[in-house]
Amino acid sequence: MAIIRYQEPELTTWSPFDRLATLRDEMNRLFESSLGTFGMRDFGMFSGWSPALDVYDDKDNVVVKLELPGMKKEEIDISLHDGMLTISGERKQETKSGEGETFRSERYFGRFHRTITLPTTVAADNVKAAYKDGILTVTLPKTEEAKPKQIEVRID
Amino acid sequence: MNQVANPAEKTETAKRIPSQSGWTVPRGNICETKDNYVLELEMPGVRKDGLEITVEANELTIIGRREDTAPKGNVVYRESRPTDYRRVFDLDPSIDTGKIGAKMEQGVLILTLPKTENVKPRKIAVVE
Repeated sequence: MAIIRYQEPELTTWSPFDRLATLRDEMNRLFESSLGTFGMRDFGMFSGWSPALDVYDDKDNVVVKLELPGMKKEEIDISLHDGMLTISGERKQETKSGEGETFRSERYFGRFHRTITLPTTVAADNVKAAYKDGILTVTLPKTEEAKPKQIEVRID
Repeated sequence: MNQVANPAEKTETAKRIPSQSGWTVPRGNICETKDNYVLELEMPGVRKDGLEITVEANELTIIGRREDTAPKGNVVYRESRPTDYRRVFDLDPSIDTGKIGAKMEQGVLILTLPKTENVKPRKIAVVE
């Protein structure tokens, strides 16, 4: 049985059976996601790891969630600059050296990098981040000016 | 050579559960050590109590139900899918299904599938 090792970027040998599940998954994501201006992401199917990103906006906060299973929080870097949030990191592959073969390798490893242009201004000092169940949640409270306000309209 | 695990997509069983619009197939890594096969499945957003792992006649089914932690507010941009995870594997008979171990760490399920005793390499003593 062949030992299948995936190295990124994987462009040359393409064994159709092995990548079928991930290929279909990637195709679904491609067609379902809307191409917003947030989150610069390259849509190459074989281009390496781009973790799934969600951005939510409620009255008081902007919440950014990133799916990063199997990492340690020290491996994740978050920075905020000029209204852009950048999350990057590296997931190291634990090589159990010398022991046995790898039959299938679908998980991505290595560096990832996502940049998000935030929809409103945020108070940089109060940004909180939590990493639980493989999902990183960054909560950015909006500045007072950015919060929605009720404006009374008077008709004279 | 024995085929140890083969992700057989059982779409018939998936259709019997009408509450979802589909399943997400979690990415997996399979490797082999001297005594076990190790299967790692990525299921971010799933906690230990959201897992359903069953073995029936050499077929291993893993279902991971996501925690519904969508923050309140408007969705500005969404890439993740709200569907639960499901994957089915056909297990080789050399796997001791009674002793499968499972551990969940930061959204990654690590399954240890021990090999049955008689397939492990054994030294045979020669008698004069």
